[in-house]
Amino acid sequence: KEITVREALNSALDEEMSADPKVFLMGEEVGEYQGAYKISKGLLEKYGPERVLDTPITEAGFAGIGVGAAYYGLRPIVEFMTFNFSMQAIDHIINSAAKSNYMSAGQISVPIVFRGPNGAAAGVGAQHSQCFGAWYAHVPGLKVLTPYSSEDARGLLKAAIRDPDPVVFLENELLYGESFPVSAEALDSSFCLPIGKAKIEREGKDVTITAFSKMVGYALQAADVLSTEGISAEVINLRSIRPLDRATINASVRKTNRLITVEEGFPQHGVGAEICMSVVEESFEYLDAPVERIAGADVPMPYAANLERMAVPQVDDIVRAAKRACYRAVPLAAAA
Amino acid sequence: EPTITVETSVPFTGHKIDPPSRSVETTPSELLSFFREMSLMRRMEIAADSLYKSKLIRGFCHLYDGQEAVAIGLETSITKKDAIITAYRDHCIYLARGGTLVEAFSELMGRRAGCSKGKGGSMHFYKKDSGFFGGHGIVGAQVPLGCGLAFAQKYLKEGTVTFSLYGDGAANQGQLFEALNISALWDLPAILVCENNHYGMGTAEWRAAKSPAYYKRGDYVPGLKVDGMDVLAVKQAAKFAKEYALKNGPMILEMDTYRYHGHSMSDPGSTYRTRDEISGVRQERDPIERVRKLIFSHELATASELKDIEKEVRKEVDDAIAEAKESPMPDPSELFTNVFVKGFGVEVSRNTCMSFGADRKEVKAILP
Repeated sequence: KEITVREALNSALDEEMSADPKVFLMGEEVGEYQGAYKISKGLLEKYGPERVLDTPITEAGFAGIGVGAAYYGLRPIVEFMTFNFSMQAIDHIINSAAKSNYMSAGQISVPIVFRGPNGAAAGVGAQHSQCFGAWYAHVPGLKVLTPYSSEDARGLLKAAIRDPDPVVFLENELLYGESFPVSAEALDSSFCLPIGKAKIEREGKDVTITAFSKMVGYALQAADVLSTEGISAEVINLRSIRPLDRATINASVRKTNRLITVEEGFPQHGVGAEICMSVVEESFEYLDAPVERIAGADVPMPYAANLERMAVPQVDDIVRAAKRACYRAVPLAAAA
Repeated sequence: EPTITVETSVPFTGHKIDPPSRSVETTPSELLSFFREMSLMRRMEIAADSLYKSKLIRGFCHLYDGQEAVAIGLETSITKKDAIITAYRDHCIYLARGGTLVEAFSELMGRRAGCSKGKGGSMHFYKKDSGFFGGHGIVGAQVPLGCGLAFAQKYLKEGTVTFSLYGDGAANQGQLFEALNISALWDLPAILVCENNHYGMGTAEWRAAKSPAYYKRGDYVPGLKVDGMDVLAVKQAAKFAKEYALKNGPMILEMDTYRYHGHSMSDPGSTYRTRDEISGVRQERDPIERVRKLIFSHELATASELKDIEKEVRKEVDDAIAEAKESPMPDPSELFTNVFVKGFGVEVSRNTCMSFGADRKEVKAILP
């Protein structure tokens, strides 16, 4: 059976709200409008306005209210219409949510989920199109999840809602409508994925490609292209970028001896940088080639279609980097 | 026990609401306990000042002396099922909520016996089991958080309320108005308590607020201006606000109060206000002296009996400091605890996740 990522998220919300009366959903247009991206469709009708709350367009206010409710023991799910708007509320995510358990030596836990679409969208310009993965993954006290497939979306969202700590759950608008096959096990209401474990989406032996969210699909496409040229790529779907599954990444690199990191976000201080450092720390002597990083261009997102395409990673970029790592191509500078 | 009826120092002023009566009922034992508890708070803060100057307290330290009537008056009208959240000037709120002196001083000195095991510091005291949710360092952030506590109280149908305390500086923060709007839309039992001590750090209220009538700043939300130096007025206002909020939703209480110390320990508190102003408040409006006079006028205790209480309080504080000094610093392993609820964090079958120290190869904790 196949379901869309949207259906996966909707069913995960529905099942967890049904299982625990302390779970509630709040955000802009989550109720009567049925969700700006229809993720919360049908939930207002089923759970009523006490548990599905439309908020004004005031992120600092409603994110703070969500965190306060979590201090008291409720399990809020705060939807940001997109994560771009979470910048209005980032103080509550970092200073109010992530640090309270530590500052109170365990007295004030914060079982909250901040969720919504993240990453590069299409044609919406610089302020509505960027990845906040590295931003939130920087902060101790947060867990940062990045689903790719429908199974990821269901299993990770259910895990996030059940988790006792604050979770930043980064969805991708462009994946909502995509369908993925799901197992019967993944459709069961008890299904849950462990937080902090990556998934090897495709096994390979020549080069490791790490990716999260939409870039997992690109990495898989790149692996297809590479296989036609005799390169066997292993694709790791990170699923969680904090905690980061360093063991799976390093085990893979120790096998393939080559690493390409892929992310949509800006390159500087990004997720790829941390993965590279982890491999340098733990598996340096296994590397047979320089680590390659594919990331968004180091510019605000442009509007024009041709420029936008250049600003986000493409399958070709991943293929090219993998070939360099496998010595099937030489870097441009060296060729010149 | 006989009931004593006392007039508040000045009438309440209401905004979109009829203010409560100026006549407040109290008892001899209540007045004596007000005297004792406020004296204890005053002494605690003065002792913290000297501990800071002898370098036993680090970093930021914001003292509450002068404002004691607000903490005590609120507490008198509510139960521990009601919640309080405040900013960084939190030592005395913690004490009023039932916290102990030893835990307070231990926390100030970063010791294991502290209420946050030495990991929070001066600005991050909590006592969740009696409804105190901190202790927050970012100006204004505690107000939406407090409205969230009120949301949970209503969601759980508890019939309790939350008081969110903030200063006149925070009163101009945007998020306060965002949270108030939502609280009013959703009829949350949220009471916003503006402790107007007239200076946000060194900026006089009129230099930061076009309208320093903070009880009116809720527009559609009713407000009450209260003499925050009069513990009985605070008591009356808190009772009034709790009843109102449970039925109707949010209310603002503006407490006209004063801090004797500077904003924090780096502020002598005398560059932006005159010494005459401070000594004038001490002479005319001091909350402890006001209660002392009431006790005398009703002949509830003699001057020497009150002196004895002050001596007891002083000894209580000295003993607590001595005990706190005996508490060791936190164990180094505590560096990595409480980042997440369960151990170092997440449930995974393999040791995939780590917390790192400054030298990642020397100091790291593998998740259990």
